[in-house]
Amino acid sequence: MLRAEGLRHTFGRVIALDDVTFSLAPGQTLAVFGPNGAGKTTLLKVLAGLIRPGAGSATVSGGRRAVGWISHQSHLYDHLTLRENLLFWAALYDVPRAARAARATAAMRRLGIDDRADQAVWSLSRGLVQRAAIAKVLIHDPQVLLLDEPFTGLDLAAAAEVRALLGELRGAGRIVVLATHNVDEGVELATDIAFQHRGRFVHFAPRGARTAAQISDEYRRAVARE
Amino acid sequence: MNLVHRGRWITLLGLVLLALVYVRALAFTPVERFQGPAQKIFYVHVPAAWSAMLAMGLVGLCSILYLVLKDARFDRFAAASAEVGTAFSLVMLTTGPIWAKPIWGTWWTWDARLTLTLFLFFLFVGYLLLRGVVTDAGLRARYSAVLGICGLLLLPFIHLSVYFFRTLHPQPIVLKPSSPSLPGSMLATLLFSFGVFTLLYLGFVIQRYALSRLREERGGSHG
Amino acid sequence: MNDVLRHAWTVARKDLVLEFRTRTALLSAVVFTALVLTVFNFGRDPTAVATIDLAPSILWVTFSFAAMLALNRAFQLELENQALEGLLVSPISRTSLYWGKLLANLVFVAVVEAVGLPLFVLFFDVPVGRVLVPLIGVIALATIGFVAVGTLFSAMVIRTRFAELMLPVLLLPFLIPPLTGAVQVTAKLLAGRPLSEVEGWLKLLAAYDIVFVALATLLFPTTVDE
Repeated sequence: MLRAEGLRHTFGRVIALDDVTFSLAPGQTLAVFGPNGAGKTTLLKVLAGLIRPGAGSATVSGGRRAVGWISHQSHLYDHLTLRENLLFWAALYDVPRAARAARATAAMRRLGIDDRADQAVWSLSRGLVQRAAIAKVLIHDPQVLLLDEPFTGLDLAAAAEVRALLGELRGAGRIVVLATHNVDEGVELATDIAFQHRGRFVHFAPRGARTAAQISDEYRRAVARE
Repeated sequence: MNLVHRGRWITLLGLVLLALVYVRALAFTPVERFQGPAQKIFYVHVPAAWSAMLAMGLVGLCSILYLVLKDARFDRFAAASAEVGTAFSLVMLTTGPIWAKPIWGTWWTWDARLTLTLFLFFLFVGYLLLRGVVTDAGLRARYSAVLGICGLLLLPFIHLSVYFFRTLHPQPIVLKPSSPSLPGSMLATLLFSFGVFTLLYLGFVIQRYALSRLREERGGSHG
Repeated sequence: MNDVLRHAWTVARKDLVLEFRTRTALLSAVVFTALVLTVFNFGRDPTAVATIDLAPSILWVTFSFAAMLALNRAFQLELENQALEGLLVSPISRTSLYWGKLLANLVFVAVVEAVGLPLFVLFFDVPVGRVLVPLIGVIALATIGFVAVGTLFSAMVIRTRFAELMLPVLLLPFLIPPLTGAVQVTAKLLAGRPLSEVEGWLKLLAAYDIVFVALATLLFPTTVDE
């Protein structure tokens, strides 16, 4: 369960969130589209508990333990091995000690990087680091996933991996919120669509039967209107 | 009348009164027996130190209030107070040597008040520098508040350190300027000067505060 | 509370593993300490001033410079590895993060001091044998004091311009009580004075530590939240 009520937040004079209210149930994937500066990252950060909103509230059942966060920051330490990194984050998320090693291995296997488990992160290629960042999020089995521009800079293989993963997560009853400025990237994964402009949700509805092209059009029109 | 004007009137009044303090100190207060005319700097030196300390106290208080109540006005006031406090500390730190040289033959003594004010000055300068290097207004306010509170709590420790240090290393006996055994007319001049300096503090802070507010309204990011 | 300590230890352990694996900051601090001590020793005139008068000041100037080198490392590490955001999104409390960093910094500075003290004894030929235990005690007390404040400030300055310059400037006034106390107590110990004479200073140092560790713990969340 994820609920946002009346979220408002400003940075100086810039309105990042303007009366945003919505809720998501397990199995829903919300794609939030909006230009840069629309407040998408701020929304995600409020949902993750990184920012306390100026007004309103955001609740995620299970708190920060239930949240998985993916952004352009890798959250991986260069001089630790892949495995050590995953074990570290598993410890911070209170994964039971006995289960940590197994979960780490499983996550790495799922992303196809378990053969590099004992290599230091600095020696890995960018594509592998991207996959490792995703493995890191899987390890504590979050109920809610927040992704900030997850496709930016991903190579094709990793992007396909992310799409497949998001599909699995939706099937497994997780909540996903995905923020991106590129309509084409998130549309087919979403169950619900929102357009964010200057902090406000100018559109929020289930995706229904709309195609990617239709949604693209609506988005362009909505942005032009504002 | 708006805040800037009010601030200006208070400052003007304070400056006029300051002139009167000088007149009184130089012409109407007896010359101190052992130190001679140079002692008269004391009527500016001691109240300046008091104003600097008042300024720091208010920086600390406003910092706490800002973190609890999140009202930007407290941050603005704290910043104004820090600037004024820096100025007054500088006055105290320059009059100190000017006083010390003719009397002790040395420019600097590590006496308790001078040392405390020196570190107070460093705290103020650090505070203002921190404000200078943070670009985001919200972050700046929060960081300043953290530093302000730490600074406030540091003061008693510095005071104690200086006190312990001095009891181990006896300094030449400084005539006790703040003891109440001052003859009546000297005490009166001193108290008058305290009042004037407090007034000046208020005047300067109000003006600085009003200036900040004007700048923010006009859209500047620097408070 | 258990959780808080456990998480703090996880963070500290990660920092220490990383530091001992790369060793660069540690080596720099150790080499720096040795250099400073050498310069001081070389430059003084033993006939003009008795070693025993100057020695405590030299020791503590050296230790505080080395500590300041160490302090920047703590949050710089997170910034460089793009991990700070991850730590803040994770369920660990801000207190755990602060205490973890504090612990790592303390160990780091302790290692530098453990190298510096023997060098100091060697260069300055001071009689520490009989007073080694109380000396180590006062070193610990003073170090906790300025590392506690320094860790808090280092979290602030990483988001400012001129971070490496700002830290010493902000920290300087806060070094006065622990340094003064440390120098005075060290001098008395080396001069063979009875412990009762330094009781006042030791109490001051202990009080400073308690007050500022508590204050820093309280204020730390403010410095890292957005």
